[in-house]
Amino acid sequence: MLSVSLRKRYGAFDLDASFMVAGPQITALFGRSGAGKSSVVRLIAGLDRPDQGRVELGGRVLFDQASGRVMPVFRRRIGLIFQDSRLLPHFSVRGNLTFGERRTPPAERFIAFDEVVDLLGLAALLERRPTSLSGGEQQRVAIGRALLSSPHLLLMDEPLASLDGARKAELLPFIARLAEQFRVPILYVSHAPEEILRIAGRMVLLQDGRVVASGTVEEVMSLPEFAHAAGSRSLITILPAEVEAHDEQRQTSQLAFQGGLITVPRLDLPLGSRVRARIAADQVILAKGPVNGLSVRNQLPARVISLSVIGGLVDVLLDIGCPLHAELTLVACQDLDLVPGLAVTALIKSAAIHGSAISLRPVQ
Amino acid sequence: MLTPLEWEALHLSLLVSITAVLGSLPPGLLIAWLLARKQFRGKLLLDGLVHLPLVLPPVAVGYLLLLFLGRHGWLGGWLYRSLGLSFVFSWKGAALASAVMAFPLLVRSVRLSFESIDRGTEAAAASLGAAPHDIFLTVTLPLALPGILAGMILAFARSLGEFGATITFAANIPDETRTLPLALYGVLQSADGDRAALRLCLLSVALALVTLVASDALARRLDRRLRG
Repeated sequence: MLSVSLRKRYGAFDLDASFMVAGPQITALFGRSGAGKSSVVRLIAGLDRPDQGRVELGGRVLFDQASGRVMPVFRRRIGLIFQDSRLLPHFSVRGNLTFGERRTPPAERFIAFDEVVDLLGLAALLERRPTSLSGGEQQRVAIGRALLSSPHLLLMDEPLASLDGARKAELLPFIARLAEQFRVPILYVSHAPEEILRIAGRMVLLQDGRVVASGTVEEVMSLPEFAHAAGSRSLITILPAEVEAHDEQRQTSQLAFQGGLITVPRLDLPLGSRVRARIAADQVILAKGPVNGLSVRNQLPARVISLSVIGGLVDVLLDIGCPLHAELTLVACQDLDLVPGLAVTALIKSAAIHGSAISLRPVQ
Repeated sequence: MLTPLEWEALHLSLLVSITAVLGSLPPGLLIAWLLARKQFRGKLLLDGLVHLPLVLPPVAVGYLLLLFLGRHGWLGGWLYRSLGLSFVFSWKGAALASAVMAFPLLVRSVRLSFESIDRGTEAAAASLGAAPHDIFLTVTLPLALPGILAGMILAFARSLGEFGATITFAANIPDETRTLPLALYGVLQSADGDRAALRLCLLSVALALVTLVASDALARRLDRRLRG
């Protein structure tokens, strides 16, 4: 487990962030560019020194301002993965992979070479030079190299940012599997909600150098702070769900969530796959009861939990078996006589629901 | 084919230049590394000092060396009295003069190559458990090798042509300090030295060509090894 409390001034920018990371789930550190994500990475890794604070990893103190302890980078046992792979150009892939392993005392190694090569599909690349590899391959080698130093934490700073869409999709499942298979806590820094939805269990939201929220991905992404940081005008609801059925003829899929079933555009995923369905609050329509003669596929029985005014609009928090945000105008709320406890029907267009495949198995 | 005088000059030139390059390599690497990576008081002064031989007349450098390291010199007197070590009138003096003259070229080239190494690659190596000296030996030095090699070639070339500082500090002594340029100067002073001078000149050209071709081949091989 990693516990972090950092303060550092960079000119006019003031970083003051405290949070924890525990395995085996991946914890995402999210923030828009300039929020201080990379500074946090550098401070945890020991590449920069905080002005104040404390960093503790698995019972070892890496930094403590109070007692003046500063552990050098090479003793921290933190596997770093950057946007660029930073492989050693004068070593083969094998040489890169074993660089950290050779510097780890045998008694402290808990990750085996063959297992890593197998998982990351590196067997065919071992004798190649880094410069002859594609971007995705380089990043896989960088991940394998970090793993083989048997780190107590993997720190990934936007590892997919320099890759194209196809390579990203190819690499994400690998990263998700690492956390489970090797039981290494992972802090995954990203400004892409889609990546976080696919692999992270928990997330920390960083804004202007401050932690403004932390919790499960579902919790944090439904907060106004997240909507703001993600540049989205309205709130977002994340529904954890499973692929229940496909309808080839109508090109739709049925997702089972805690409160029932929703229909979404056809997902290219096997039955039983876990997904997170993303619904923007301004795409939810409320009605007093079931409505006939509409194109909307999803009509869900809901109960109003609370109403709050945000910037001239009303955020209606609904219970549909799990929380759902709907965004309405004041007039609409008055016309429907919305009060907490009222039973309504939530209408959601299928096309407005975005399903992201989750690349991890349920966490017990 | 070659006259004894030519053999002697060739042999001395190679001995002096190789000694100068190898001898100045360790301090050259250290100073280049300090200048490239560290901030310290007196950095500007050190930088200036290193570059002095590049801007001073070589005879002035030779004279300064004489002042410091001559038998009655500041440091040289002590060396001579306590260790019996003397640079003056010996090939070691010629090597020292060459080394000092070539030093700025070596340091400049090595410093540039240290500066061009991505610090991120070194940071990655540190995160993998490599201590600073380990990183220097396994990452920094190998990646700087092309620049170090280029610096050595430059220094070697400068040493081969060294004249002013050598003749001032170590004098023109047959079989000790009479390198190719000094031998060439010597035969030009004699009345019938035209033919000998031409031959020595051609010998210098041949040596320079061999050096260039060899260094080019070496650089190519190094490049292949680094880039894969």
